[in-house]
Amino acid sequence: MIQLTINGKLQQVDVAPDTPLLWVLRDTLQLTGTKYGCGQGLCGACTVHLDGVAMRSCSLPVSAAVGKKITTIEAVDAARVGKAVQAAWQKLDVVQCGYCQSGQIMSAVALLTHNRRPSDADIDNAMSGNLCRCATYVRIRAAIHEAAKALV
Amino acid sequence: MNEINIENASRRRFLQGSAGLTLAFALPGIAAAATAGPGKAGDGLVAAVTFEPNAFLRIGVDNSVTVISKHLEMGQGTYTGLATMLAEELDADWAQVRVEGAPADAKRYNNLFWGPAQGTGGSTAMANSWEQMRKAGAAGRAMLVAAAARRWQVPAGEITVNQGVVQHPASQRAATFGELAEAAAQESVPSELKLKNPEDFRLIGKQARRKDSRDKTTGKAKFTQDVQLPGMLVAVVAHPPRFGGKVASVDASRALALAGVVEVVQIPQGVAVLARDTWTAKKGRDALQITWDDSAAFKLGSDEILARYREMAQKPGLTAKKHGDATQAIAGAAKVISASYDFPYLAHAAMEPMNCVVHLTDSGCEVWNGEQLHTGDQYALAGLFGIKPEQVNIHMLYAGGSFGRRACKDSDYVLEAAHIVKAMRSKAPVKLVWLREDDMRAGYYRPLFHHTLQAGLDAQGNIVGWQHRLVGQSIVTGSPFEKMLVKDGIDHVSVEGAANLPYAIANLNVELHTPTDINVPVLWWRSVGSSHTAFSTEAFLDEVAAAAGKDPYELRLSLLKEHPKHAAVLRLAAEKSGWGQALKAGKAGERRGRGIALHESFNSVVAQVAEVTVSKNGAVRVDRVVCAVDCGTAINPDNIRAQVEGGVGFALSAVFYGEITLKDGVVEQGNFDGYPTLRIHEMPKVEVHILPSTAAPTGIGEPGVPPVAPAVANAIAAATGKRLHRLPIRSADLLA
Repeated sequence: MIQLTINGKLQQVDVAPDTPLLWVLRDTLQLTGTKYGCGQGLCGACTVHLDGVAMRSCSLPVSAAVGKKITTIEAVDAARVGKAVQAAWQKLDVVQCGYCQSGQIMSAVALLTHNRRPSDADIDNAMSGNLCRCATYVRIRAAIHEAAKALV
Repeated sequence: MNEINIENASRRRFLQGSAGLTLAFALPGIAAAATAGPGKAGDGLVAAVTFEPNAFLRIGVDNSVTVISKHLEMGQGTYTGLATMLAEELDADWAQVRVEGAPADAKRYNNLFWGPAQGTGGSTAMANSWEQMRKAGAAGRAMLVAAAARRWQVPAGEITVNQGVVQHPASQRAATFGELAEAAAQESVPSELKLKNPEDFRLIGKQARRKDSRDKTTGKAKFTQDVQLPGMLVAVVAHPPRFGGKVASVDASRALALAGVVEVVQIPQGVAVLARDTWTAKKGRDALQITWDDSAAFKLGSDEILARYREMAQKPGLTAKKHGDATQAIAGAAKVISASYDFPYLAHAAMEPMNCVVHLTDSGCEVWNGEQLHTGDQYALAGLFGIKPEQVNIHMLYAGGSFGRRACKDSDYVLEAAHIVKAMRSKAPVKLVWLREDDMRAGYYRPLFHHTLQAGLDAQGNIVGWQHRLVGQSIVTGSPFEKMLVKDGIDHVSVEGAANLPYAIANLNVELHTPTDINVPVLWWRSVGSSHTAFSTEAFLDEVAAAAGKDPYELRLSLLKEHPKHAAVLRLAAEKSGWGQALKAGKAGERRGRGIALHESFNSVVAQVAEVTVSKNGAVRVDRVVCAVDCGTAINPDNIRAQVEGGVGFALSAVFYGEITLKDGVVEQGNFDGYPTLRIHEMPKVEVHILPSTAAPTGIGEPGVPPVAPAVANAIAAATGKRLHRLPIRSADLLA
């Protein structure tokens, strides 16, 4: 049994320690908001927070998440920044297919948590690990600026 | 039965006139289904109640307005667009409207442009539903009004409907849709409906917000990948390394020894490992020891395919379009310009790799899928299982992108899931999961193409002849679409965009070679034939303009006298981009340029002006793309902008990176490291300008894609003098 703290709740999971956190979230705990896209940390669809830091859960063994606070898209609205980012995303209708957007939002929240006034270059740095095949990038950038304004 | 279905003579007459409209008003017991919401058909809620999907509209006593979408929502905004059209004529309040995916039933939900088939593609969702959805809304409104008139004993003509409220102003009476739903269900469906004049639109042409934004920003939206069913097994499959390869022998003992692996089955597509969870299934798949039989497999490499196409292009092909005598005109021309263009195989690489859930039951087969070709997949599965197509019940979920891939003419991944179910001992539901590498190597690519073009100029620089030859695999030959799209050996989608060139050229000849011995599966990829024909025609036209000493914009405009719509779009793009004005200079060593391109696809016309910066080492940055669009009535302008913005980014992936290559028949790319796509720091500024129109709506999911690559190529040529003759860009081609 492995003990994890996910979205503020203690969870016991019976999985092999080398199982990527992604599959524990999705298959074991039915937290399916976090998506599989590449399995190699190349696309960012699986982004979650470990102690507030954006991580690719597809290439993170669950054993490495023990003792850390794991936050997923399902609970990102518990903090003010998460709420603001989701509101900005909705206001600007950022999403298209939506599959990558949980990961986009998790990366954006991590950015805004540590940097309330990100420049375009900051956004490029923080968000370039998150692919969007619908290429909603124009609106992702605008929504991050929008959320930053709301957080002032 | 909790639901009253309106069945009467007037409805049947109405059906004949509107190709499939049915109406149902929900009673209290159906409220659960009415609140199921978009993309949630897979969570069991809907199946548990009396779900009567025989309608485009359902009004609940809880005042909910549920629009049933016959089309897949894969990002392109169909759920929002279809609901906008219906809600407009219903005069509903946008906030009370929700959307639900329709089941597979081509009798009611066929694509009106596809005859008897249900499906989504070819940028037809809005265009084919334009009358249908508005009539569905208007009929609902008329019945609500009739019910109110009866209840209040006032003439129907004195009743108004505004934002979900039915009113009789003279007597100051009002009711919500929910309050009238039960009574409205007793009214007969009107046989004649008057639709609004465009000047009375309150939603169409305005900014109705997306209906899927909330669920897609909170992790609640349900995709196929997210389906969990009791007892469900996950399948991960080992596929042969080459197309046409087969299993010679398999040793599954190591896979079966893994805790959690339930079963290993051999299927025509390879070997499937079934486990309780995805990670175990993957580990099991990786533990298989398989000897492949490649005796009948395709073994050529991309270079060899291209060499073969170049050879074929030396000879005349089948005529796709001919007027005048291009050969003679070019022979007698004062100046002849020639160029050839190469386009690689491209993977769709949707963010959600292909997947499908299949459950064989006593009554038939249940499928959960981001379903794009309902009818084709129903027939494919029915054939495999020996059941009737209508016994294949499909739950259409959100698709995490598709770009054509989920509309597989051969039902490839859907059939693969079904083969696994058929081969299994147990009757558990199965979720087939393709890992990224499976998805990228499975084929069904945008076909590799080689084009050659020749143009003749007279002494004044006028184009007197245009000769275009294309070589590439046919997408539709051998598929159910062949009858509709192949005529006299010409696959329409191979030459679309080339055979219907809008420019006034007296002598034009478009020819096609269709190799039949290249066994690489090919498929439509967002904008299909136009993904390569727009590039070759528009990049070549710029070469011709340069040879003629003419401005690329002015030359195009001069050739569009018979196409005022194209000319207007081109003019708007030029005007908004500041065409003709000097570009701001780049930094030291940087070269900057502006390029224009125009293309019609899916009955919409798009012109784009790209601004680029090329560095000394040949690296290209696209700074800005100005787009002008005529897609008929703009149902949702913000979604049109979103589709064109996204189309620009999607096309730029192919400009900069997109290339699937084969070596000895083996696909060399597997993930986003080998097949990169555009990232946020590479996305240009995009401006979208929509031409006002009251014409019927035309496509918008795809038409933003085709002009991007030629506009960029033409901008690069303006900056560097170097012409691109192959995609993707190699910076080596652009060194200073």
